[in-house]
Amino acid sequence: MAGEERRKERLDRGIKARAESLYAVSSWREASYLLAPRAGLIIGLLIAPLLAPSLYWQRVIGLAGVYALLALSFDFLAERVGLVCIGGAFMIGVGGYISGGLNYYFGLPVVLTIPIGTFGGAIICTLVWLPCLPLRGIYFAVVTFMFPFLAVSVILAGGLFGGTEGLSPVAGLPNWVGIYLILTLVLVAIFGVRRLCGEDIGLVFQGIKDNDQAVLASAVNITRVKIYALFVATSIGCFAGAFVSHFFGFAGLSLFAIDFTIMPIAASIMGGPATLAGPAVGAFILAPLSELLRGFGQLRVVFYCVVLVGFILFKPEGLLNWASRRYHQFEHWVKV
Amino acid sequence: MDVFVYGMVNSMIFFLMAVGFSFVYGISRLPNFAHGALYVLTGFITWSFINKTGLPYWPSVIISLIIVSMTGVVIYQFVMIRVRGMPISEIIVSFAIGLGILEGLRLQGIGDFKGFIGPGYVLPPFIDGVVSTSWVMIDLQRLLIIAVGLLILCLMWIFTHYHRIGMALKATAQNERAALMLGINSDRMANIALGIGSALAGMAAISVMPLGNINCESGYNVLTNAIAVCVIGGLGSWRGTALAALILGLSTTIMSSFGGTMWNRVLVFGIIILTLIVRPSGLFGQQKELEERV
Amino acid sequence: MNEKRKVLIKVRNVNKSFGGVVAVDNLSFELLEGEVLGVIGPNGSGKTTIVNIITGFLKPDSGEVFFMDKRLTGLSPFKVAELGVTRTFQIVRPYPSMKAYKNLIVPLWSQRARRFAGSRGGDRDAVAIDLLEEVGFERDAFVPYKLASALPLGYLKRLELARCLALRPEVIICDEVFSGLSMSEIASMLPLVEKLRMKGATLIMVEHRLRELFSVANRLLVMNFGVKIAEGEPEQVMEDERVRRAYLGEEISF
Repeated sequence: MAGEERRKERLDRGIKARAESLYAVSSWREASYLLAPRAGLIIGLLIAPLLAPSLYWQRVIGLAGVYALLALSFDFLAERVGLVCIGGAFMIGVGGYISGGLNYYFGLPVVLTIPIGTFGGAIICTLVWLPCLPLRGIYFAVVTFMFPFLAVSVILAGGLFGGTEGLSPVAGLPNWVGIYLILTLVLVAIFGVRRLCGEDIGLVFQGIKDNDQAVLASAVNITRVKIYALFVATSIGCFAGAFVSHFFGFAGLSLFAIDFTIMPIAASIMGGPATLAGPAVGAFILAPLSELLRGFGQLRVVFYCVVLVGFILFKPEGLLNWASRRYHQFEHWVKV
Repeated sequence: MDVFVYGMVNSMIFFLMAVGFSFVYGISRLPNFAHGALYVLTGFITWSFINKTGLPYWPSVIISLIIVSMTGVVIYQFVMIRVRGMPISEIIVSFAIGLGILEGLRLQGIGDFKGFIGPGYVLPPFIDGVVSTSWVMIDLQRLLIIAVGLLILCLMWIFTHYHRIGMALKATAQNERAALMLGINSDRMANIALGIGSALAGMAAISVMPLGNINCESGYNVLTNAIAVCVIGGLGSWRGTALAALILGLSTTIMSSFGGTMWNRVLVFGIIILTLIVRPSGLFGQQKELEERV
Repeated sequence: MNEKRKVLIKVRNVNKSFGGVVAVDNLSFELLEGEVLGVIGPNGSGKTTIVNIITGFLKPDSGEVFFMDKRLTGLSPFKVAELGVTRTFQIVRPYPSMKAYKNLIVPLWSQRARRFAGSRGGDRDAVAIDLLEEVGFERDAFVPYKLASALPLGYLKRLELARCLALRPEVIICDEVFSGLSMSEIASMLPLVEKLRMKGATLIMVEHRLRELFSVANRLLVMNFGVKIAEGEPEQVMEDERVRRAYLGEEISF
């Protein structure tokens, strides 16, 4: 046979903890095998602000946290439930305006405005996106796309909430409080949503994504289940928005910027769709990168798009899945 | 009376903007989020040819239509084809490409070139001049829009009913599997559909842009309007598209004459939400909410 | 002869057309409690359409469907299932990314299943595995733990039935549950249907495989081009002139 043919062989590592049984706690080695990635994530995120070279970069990490939450929200809806939401900016805007507005107009303290912004915003977003939930196909995506533009139109047309200038100043958060708040919430969200997906309702979400006709035939009210999922996702998104308004001290039209929609999607695809942690990691990579590109203005958006399309075409599994595969398996070339 | 005539013009504008998007979706079930980008791209390319290379109007238009059409085909052939069949990826990729092109056209930050921002970029109208009838004054360009729209309608109708490829496209739209079994290559059909759809977006640009100027915001507007028309009229239905365009055109004109153009967008969105609540699959929607695919 | 059995499903004058094609033409029939009604007919006779109409996946152009005294027409599919009228799909619809027993968590999570669950409701995993064992997934061979996408068709068909059973159904409508199976798979599927019948389940079985159907069905309904052409005991129906013509064509005479 002319030439030598090789193929890649993958073998699972011989660590018992990967089987779904009690091995995980049977020895330190097993336990640490499972704990290491998770601990790495937690420690890495929590140390990051301390390693940042300047205040500016610390605030970048804070912003990255916002993007991470959005990416998580998008990934959860798109990959775990099957709803593609390309209107992430709408959640940021709603959360930000409610929270900032409550503080600006009524002087409510941050401790109150953020929760109200989160859950009030979630209720509004869920209600407003409700009509397209029973529909199938691209309806949800297509309608959510329009909402950031709608919001901007309404605010401008009605001269509401400060119109083009926005609301400013809005009570700020002390730097360190803000940064660690968002980082903690990112971690809570990642582990929380993962837990949710592991519960029985998570299986129903997965069922809806796999085969919604079968779910209907199983006497489950799909629309109601989608509403739950949407509420969870929009809570995360609106919290991010509420956070932004206080972290940066204002609420304005830029909350509806397209960046808040496209970057989380790019982070999600790059980081590893459906892993829920991958998108967050992706956001922490892309956000600093895009700061480096600040000089290019709007071309940053083009950068996100290129990253996104590149990853979908050439590495659709994303970084985290790739890393996880390398962690769990040996790979080497063998002669055929 | 004014309102009626301008309403018809606006309806035609909506129709022109939507027809490319609707066509592509009807044939290949691909949401072409790059639609808005292709619209603006046509404008810029035509402007560049006319002003930078001094080509006369018609050749510029034709060349740029061809370029835009090819762009659509390239997008399909090199990108979309790889995500065909995975609905989530299709939407995301299409959105990313559209956004990338649109934002890229701002071209800020590359060297000294400030990009296509500012009111200075204008496409010349095809016909200059104003017609004044006993009822209403209207500029010829607007009348031209109606003419172009009707022409496109007729051409599309003839194409899909009498031409081999047109009928093949129609077949793919109705039932992709059956068309495949008859030897119609659905990928080629999607290619053609995207080419035609892009060209339609371009024609809309040529007709409508002279009314204002070329800018990137209009890309988002076009996309939103196209989506509005398609959702209200029902995805994949000609009659629906036409009727929805009519409704939107007339109502926005009426709204403008009362309150100014700022509330137009809100009105459009309001109608969309209303449609989704009352008649979710659109006026003549082909896509039933609960499709049985046994 | 028999004591008067309860009528579970009543189909009255249902019509359905797609474009110009009439799928169901003025169809009426009743389903009695505890019986196995076989629905047969050549391809395109409207069998699956009427199943879709009864279970809410399609709305009829006219006519009514009743379950006991409740109107089923126009209800959405999950409400129909909620009432206890369940169905399997002709082209199986498992959740491929989940393990077999996890597939059953979805119906067990529904309101209906929860109502019947009682004290054991919390442990759906255990209930799921028991259900799978009932339909013939060998627990010792760890079959319930396999990924649904890795299962052969025979098991997937049983999974469809298990999905219905998880809802503690009043009626199970089996849409071509024997189709696509090899002879040995059919041979192992048949006892399952028998078992269901013994337990008093009410079934509608839409089938192509007449021999297997005859061994379980009490009554047959024959359709052709959307019209009911015969109804009654299997032997009678197969003697019917019209039925023979429908299956074998006009020219053949006996």
